[in-house]
Amino acid sequence: MQKKLNQKAWFLVLPVFLLVAFSAIIPLMTVVNYSVQDSFGNNEFFWVGAEWFSEILNSERFHSALGRQLLFSAIILLIEIPLGIFIALKIPKQGWAVSLCLVLMALPLLIPWNVVGTIWQIFAREDIGLLGYVLAALDVDYNYTQNSTDAWITIIIMDVWHWTSLVVLLCYAGLSSIPDAYYQAAKIDGASRWATFRYIQLPKLKRVLLIAVLLRFMDSFMIYTEPFVVTGGGPGNATTFLSIDLVKMAIGQFDLGPAAAFSLIYFLIVLLLSWVFYTIMTANEGKTNQS
Amino acid sequence: MKNIRLTLVFYIAFLMIPLYWLFNMSLKTNTEILSGFSLWPTNPTLDNYITIFSDAGWYMGYVNSTIYVGLNTIISLAVALPAAYAFSRYRFMGDKHLFFWLLSNRMAPPAVFVLPFFQLYSSIGLFDTHIAVALAHCLFNVPLAVWILEGFMSGIPKEIDETAQIDGYSFGAFFLRIFMPLIKSGIGVAAFFCFMFSWVELLIARTLTSVDAKPIAAVMTRTVSASGLDWGVLAAAGVLTIIPGAIVIWFVRNHIAKGFALGRV
Repeated sequence: MQKKLNQKAWFLVLPVFLLVAFSAIIPLMTVVNYSVQDSFGNNEFFWVGAEWFSEILNSERFHSALGRQLLFSAIILLIEIPLGIFIALKIPKQGWAVSLCLVLMALPLLIPWNVVGTIWQIFAREDIGLLGYVLAALDVDYNYTQNSTDAWITIIIMDVWHWTSLVVLLCYAGLSSIPDAYYQAAKIDGASRWATFRYIQLPKLKRVLLIAVLLRFMDSFMIYTEPFVVTGGGPGNATTFLSIDLVKMAIGQFDLGPAAAFSLIYFLIVLLLSWVFYTIMTANEGKTNQS
Repeated sequence: MKNIRLTLVFYIAFLMIPLYWLFNMSLKTNTEILSGFSLWPTNPTLDNYITIFSDAGWYMGYVNSTIYVGLNTIISLAVALPAAYAFSRYRFMGDKHLFFWLLSNRMAPPAVFVLPFFQLYSSIGLFDTHIAVALAHCLFNVPLAVWILEGFMSGIPKEIDETAQIDGYSFGAFFLRIFMPLIKSGIGVAAFFCFMFSWVELLIARTLTSVDAKPIAAVMTRTVSASGLDWGVLAAAGVLTIIPGAIVIWFVRNHIAKGFALGRV
């Protein structure tokens, strides 16, 4: 659609601009402010330059939390995106069951995140949880509070439970925008199931997959509440992801300077990685449009 | 066909079993939960729910959550509607940069904002009020609402705007009486998402409140008492947090897929 040039449109955007500036720029400036200063209390601050940044960037603690975080997000994307596409392909096109399916699938998305944590904390317990009880009855050695592998598996299954439906719903929306004529043409050409998927469905899904990958990446990279409720970051530091570590540092220890530097580095990593994803996926889109 | 059904049934069962377990526990007394393992409650009781509804400390948590979620939804939509219109219809100085800057706030980890929010709202005297949480949640809800509404508005042909102008409608009258009814479903979906993300968020809501505006999610940590954790009440509180979501999702069920694709399929 051709858009008109109209500078007065700024007046329509102004409320959003002011509101978001109030809740984003002012806090962000506070963070920047803390990140370059040190304090001995009494509200006396002095300039320390980039000291906190180099301290954080060189600290073992930050490196290991970042490593865990990247591994976690990678596993989540690798499981949820293919699984989501697979399930979306299985949803029938119409019928009374479709609405019911969609509503049931969307249900986990609307549960407060700490309740999600609580549900899985209970569900995986050996004494009162179904999963833990069944595993114990099958003689599987499973204990998410002691064993770090078990803790990881629990948190990953929980996240798959919580968020795969988002990918399913996005892909379903993409799939239902494909006109029937495409499928009929494929049938006449004798296209295989795989060819139909590869050359008709997948290209149509590109746009929604971009949104799905971006949202899932951003949200898994910022995950805090669910693992905090289930494992509290433990056992040891096994599930201490970036957000958990940051909150520990800022609220628990009140190390304002390092916490602020940590925040900025964290934010920049999220922005950078999201930008990379976005550029790669839109660049591909441009190419297929030209050919 | 059989294979199709089986996959879906498996997936939905995987989603529902943990929820069933929570519901199951909410109907048991704490002694029954701890004394033995059973797939369904032997003596179903509503005691846990009665505990919650008869204690102001508990049910005020739901009231507080509902108030700030409602406020946030209203504020977000009120500012996002004109902005989304501007983005979908006009070019103006810095429009693309502004749009991406807004989106970048959706990418900001809430953990980064916890401490500065606490100081900002304390210093302007809004700490522990509903409006503070509502404003703070605008950080991620306003960009989302703009994004969704822009997607829906771009689907409305521009000729409608021009025809209304020729017919002598002022901009305000056109927007309220003609344009808003046209993007009804978009507004519904945007409201749904504002509700959803504000309802599920805990970290910021917990940090900005202490007593008067304490959200239900934070109240749930109360179940730890001298005698240990009261699992039954905890489960009942969990079940009650799921119900509002289930109700709103029913209203938008026909637009839900398009909504999750942020209106741009």
